[in-house]
Amino acid sequence: MDPGRKRRIRLIAFLSAAVLLAGALVYTTFAGASSAKTPTQLLRTADAGSSYQLTGIVANGSLRRARDSLSFRVRDRAGRASVPVRYSGAVPDPFREGREIIVTVHKAGDGFVGERDSLVTKCPSKFKAARGS
Amino acid sequence: MVRAGPIILAAALALELYGIGASLYGARTGKAQWADSGRRAVYGIAILLTIAFGILELAFLRSDFSVKVVAEHSSTTTPPFYRVAAAWSAQEGSLLLWVWLLSLWSSLMLFLSRRSMRALAAYAQAVLLGFAAFFTGLTLFLANPFAIQSPAPTEGVGLNPLLRHPSMMIHPPMLYSGYTLFAVPFAFAAAALVTRRLDAEWVRSIRRFALAAWLLLGLGVLLGARWSYAELGWGGYWGWDPVENASLMPWLTGTALLHSIQVQEKRGALKAWNASLALGTGILAVLGTFLVRSGILDSIHAFGASTLGGPFLAFIAVLLVGSVVLVASRREDLRSKARLDSLVSRETAFLVNNLVLVGLAFVIFWGTFFPLISEAVTGTKQTVGPPWFDRYTTPLALVLVLLSGIGPALAWGRTSRSRLRGIFALPAAAALVALVGLALAGALSRDPAASAIFCVAAFALGSVVQEIWRGTRARRALSGETALVALTSLLRRNRRRYGGYVVHVGFVLLLVGVAASSAFQHASDVRLAPGQSARVGGYDVRYVGPTSSMDAAKVSLGAVLDVSSHGRHVATLTPSRDYYTSLDEHQFGRIGRFFEGDSTSELGLRSGIGRDIWTAVQPDLTPVARYIRDANRRFPDANSSLEGFLVKTIVARYMRSAPAAQFRLIVSPLVAWIWIGGVIAVGGAMIAIWPAPSAARRRAPAVAPAPLPSD
Repeated sequence: MDPGRKRRIRLIAFLSAAVLLAGALVYTTFAGASSAKTPTQLLRTADAGSSYQLTGIVANGSLRRARDSLSFRVRDRAGRASVPVRYSGAVPDPFREGREIIVTVHKAGDGFVGERDSLVTKCPSKFKAARGS
Repeated sequence: MVRAGPIILAAALALELYGIGASLYGARTGKAQWADSGRRAVYGIAILLTIAFGILELAFLRSDFSVKVVAEHSSTTTPPFYRVAAAWSAQEGSLLLWVWLLSLWSSLMLFLSRRSMRALAAYAQAVLLGFAAFFTGLTLFLANPFAIQSPAPTEGVGLNPLLRHPSMMIHPPMLYSGYTLFAVPFAFAAAALVTRRLDAEWVRSIRRFALAAWLLLGLGVLLGARWSYAELGWGGYWGWDPVENASLMPWLTGTALLHSIQVQEKRGALKAWNASLALGTGILAVLGTFLVRSGILDSIHAFGASTLGGPFLAFIAVLLVGSVVLVASRREDLRSKARLDSLVSRETAFLVNNLVLVGLAFVIFWGTFFPLISEAVTGTKQTVGPPWFDRYTTPLALVLVLLSGIGPALAWGRTSRSRLRGIFALPAAAALVALVGLALAGALSRDPAASAIFCVAAFALGSVVQEIWRGTRARRALSGETALVALTSLLRRNRRRYGGYVVHVGFVLLLVGVAASSAFQHASDVRLAPGQSARVGGYDVRYVGPTSSMDAAKVSLGAVLDVSSHGRHVATLTPSRDYYTSLDEHQFGRIGRFFEGDSTSELGLRSGIGRDIWTAVQPDLTPVARYIRDANRRFPDANSSLEGFLVKTIVARYMRSAPAAQFRLIVSPLVAWIWIGGVIAVGGAMIAIWPAPSAARRRAPAVAPAPLPSD
């Protein structure tokens, strides 16, 4: 085989591999991703069976600890609407009421169940100090 | 003194703008004194920024709360060690750290190359000064670390407890050193493209800096992983968080660059690829800084919303468009005459390794930015989780490990078929032994992917060890030295080559640790009362009883855990939770602030070569909650001694009632090998980076400076 043709074949093989990988990436992300939702959006539409990335703030006074799970309500960043979440698995240190969290959930009955170990708590940039009191 | 800060920054910015002008003018007209002046401007900026950063550090050490960032990130109760680190916990301080490190590394590079490569250096220093000007401009106009507030508060907020870990002292400076060092290959690649001097010269000049950038960035990532494992209380070391990914992407393309530049040096091929890779890595490094600072993606690192997104985006756009235009306009000069002779050669192995590494970086890029991509395409923000990343990175990592065994054994040019059998017989046998062992142990059926990693790891280790042994044997035959002396002199005389092999060994061990600890980990979240026990990964963990301690900054509540296996005592672990006192009595109350502020996990960890037993506790404060509420109500103005007494009483009540606590228990096999492998890889990189004795002697100064060609 002459070298020019060999190179062309290699190039085609490489390009098709790259296209295949890119296609797989696009397909699996769009098919397998979970949509990021706020509590208000979840209250409006939530299908049983699909999973969502819930972003919001842990409502004050809503946190309950059970034997192997946590229950709390997640409210909108700005607003009062909230949804109940039951979660088990790893709890990051910064997690607490009033903190912003991201958790992957699916609908179960009236509430939502968090996927195991999917809870992420955002680092607070600093303590919110109330000075002058 | 702090008031001098902005003036110094302004002077640095002026000097940067002057330096860009002088360098470009000198480069275009061939007037060497202008280019020299531009280089000296870089040294001057390094001195100015060192003073500026020193002033900021001094303000932190002296707890000068009239400086806004000091009041917001440090306090008098913050230990001096952490006051130093608090400087870069603030956005303003970390940007100053960034540009300061950049000025130091740029100065070092330009100093080392002051007598050679003058044609390149003039343009390169203009590019480096451009980076510096952008970041200095940010600190001067948008995130001024020297902002003053008056009246000055009497006490600062303190360093976030999550950041109070020795890693805080080294993790950010390491990462930033890595990021800023990658500006050097970027600058020299750009200079080589502008001047069309695209032979191996620029590649050789940046090799050591690219390696240093790769080493420091890798070390930063590794420290971050260790920190997360030991501090964040979830027991993982990698979560595919956007900011983690952002640091991994330039590291991966940097790894590719370190391999592909060898092909240009040895064979004169891959010119366009190397230039693009160096440019791309530099841009990814800025992108990493941008991701941390902009808050554009949801991450645990995104320290609040920031106003710097716009300028960063504009800067990245300029870098990207400039790079594409440069490479496209020089495509004729980038065409290399060299061709790959054979598919069975080291350069082919490097080429495949490059494709895999860049593919890996692209996969991570896609997954990380998918929320933005999907929002642009479908209108809803969608995200992909760790399983998605694992699905792609596992097979690619498998190929990488395989190549790390194949590449070193193949010769440049071509390797004959008969030699192949000799080279790969032993590694293949090692892989086969691993396969049989895994099948017998039942691991093969439990997790085929992890088992595949173990097999190719055995292959790669066999291959690299065989290479080192071959070299040692050849030296012994030549010089008659003992095995150990021969090995040492082999490493010393071929630092780059054998240092690289040592890095491969470390990297393979690290991936074995990752595969084993993620595939065969046992984790359990349980609630135990004193006396109760739980079973995890073949161990019985019994909650013996609660512990408590107090100091000026925190209240610490913990547990004594007794770990045993088949009735035999293995370890006594004492995880605890530290509650850092909050200043916010508005929200938590006078006494509540001692218990309801930020808290961190102190692990009960038993590390071993075979497995780690990892424990963390979350005490349940419900039984004492009413005492806290009570104390808040009755003593809203308690002085500090009464506060101390009340806190002590509440802690004593907690100890007496000893309620059930929530535990996270993890048994993780081979996780220690991640850190051992990392240390070995760092050692290998140090061997490769150290100047060889002969090269050091060769670098005698040229008698006369090389003339600058005029354009």
